[in-house]
Amino acid sequence: MSFEVQDGEIFGLIGPNGAGKTTTMECVEGIRKPDHGAISVLGLDPFRDVYQLQERIGVQLQQAHLQKRIKVWEAMHLWASLYKKPISQGERLLEQLGLSEKRNAWFMTLSGGQQQRLFIALALINDPEVVFLDELTTGLDPQARRAIWELVRGIRARGKTVFMTTHLMEEAERLCDRVAIIEHGRIIDADSPQRLIDKHVPDRIVVLTTEEPRAEQLFRACRAVVDVKRDAGQFTIHGRGDAFITEVIQCLAEHQVRVGSFRTEEPTLEDVFLKLTGHSIRD
Amino acid sequence: MRGLFQLTWLEIKIFLREPLGAIGTMVIPVILFLVVGRAMNRGGGTPRAPRGFDFLQSGLPVMVSVFMAIGAVTSLVAIISIYREGGILKRLRATPLRPYTILSAHVLAKLLFTAITLSLMMLAGRRFYPPGLQAPVLSFAVAVLFSTLSILSIGFVIASLVRTARFAQPVGAVIFYPMLALSGLFVPVEAFPPALQVVAKLLPLTYIVSLLRGIWTGESWFAHLGDVAALVIAAAIFVAISARVFRWE
Repeated sequence: MSFEVQDGEIFGLIGPNGAGKTTTMECVEGIRKPDHGAISVLGLDPFRDVYQLQERIGVQLQQAHLQKRIKVWEAMHLWASLYKKPISQGERLLEQLGLSEKRNAWFMTLSGGQQQRLFIALALINDPEVVFLDELTTGLDPQARRAIWELVRGIRARGKTVFMTTHLMEEAERLCDRVAIIEHGRIIDADSPQRLIDKHVPDRIVVLTTEEPRAEQLFRACRAVVDVKRDAGQFTIHGRGDAFITEVIQCLAEHQVRVGSFRTEEPTLEDVFLKLTGHSIRD
Repeated sequence: MRGLFQLTWLEIKIFLREPLGAIGTMVIPVILFLVVGRAMNRGGGTPRAPRGFDFLQSGLPVMVSVFMAIGAVTSLVAIISIYREGGILKRLRATPLRPYTILSAHVLAKLLFTAITLSLMMLAGRRFYPPGLQAPVLSFAVAVLFSTLSILSIGFVIASLVRTARFAQPVGAVIFYPMLALSGLFVPVEAFPPALQVVAKLLPLTYIVSLLRGIWTGESWFAHLGDVAALVIAAAIFVAISARVFRWE
């Protein structure tokens, strides 16, 4: 496995559970010793220089917990003192992450989303250059998930580099500047989500319904169309290239085809994964 | 040792927030001490009843102190295995906290609770101890803290062996109760068959009982250098073992 993360980007390691995402990330964070190979983070060897590295990175671990009865402010103050940062910085982060009202609450009384926000706050307390986020939104409801995505974009906006893992393709697609798809401990491909989609699943799809008897012939005559599937009055048209959808619309207009419904389907990272591995990420 | 005192203070506060744990650690030994002490005192704890007096004189404080030390170890094992299971140890390690700082904070917290319990016991004990009994209270307190520190090292080894928090308490009991039976606390070691005497001499609790009983009855530390040395060696061995086998996750 070999990859590079650029300064200031959100880089995602994506793949199914058990693919080796967390192991890889922990090696990069310096809390796990790699069997072999070389890792350099900010010019440091993570395992050998772990204490130096810790001053410059922030980590959020998968399924980590704090002491059940630790208060939110106590955790912030402990972390601030460990990194020799002023306590005011911790208080500011609590405010930015919407945890001010919870500062006196015990960790065990926080909701999943609040716990994750606290972990993000702790990961940011030392003003790190690189932030590691491992399965940040697992187990959160969609609303909390979206709120966390906004926070992660905010981290990037402050000029920091984010290295994250997720098994949620939607999350990777919406959040990451670049992703590496990993399976069985190997990187299958790495690039921006859009470029991966364009490269591996170039087909665009139009699904429409019409009673027009000549429809299939007409669609097949379009240059960008690759394949047409028909199921009674419903047509699924596969095509390639930027002009594909325009061509289909022009074709419909030109021949005055009456259409009952019309929608396009954009391929997703999920499709890329399916294509590359031959199975769905949820299997 | 960056963060040692912040973390120790925090762990003390967190421990006290769980009422059952705090009561079990500090109140139960004192109550045990008071109840047993009063019962024996009322049962004729005077020079006319030498047997009861004898136990009151040295047996009871030593027994309660040994129970306290064992309680500290099992509590340490439980906390560490819960922290490991919940990923708390792992999260703390991914900060500038050094691993030994995290463990030291728990040891310090335990020693502090032991010291508090001991003080409460001493205060409570004044009510029924016969006047004129002059136990070297401060020296005894030092001996109890030293003994506790030395067997806390066994806690790290047990904490490495138990996989889940659920087994922490029973494993502690299985290890300590036989040790207690052979420690000479209830039956003098000399009364055992020779084979058992050898086993007893290999167990740290035997030296703890000998040290505590000696110091309480006014013997000098010098007379118990052997006990101190045995406990230091035992602690060194257990710390060395735990350094090799301790698991953080």
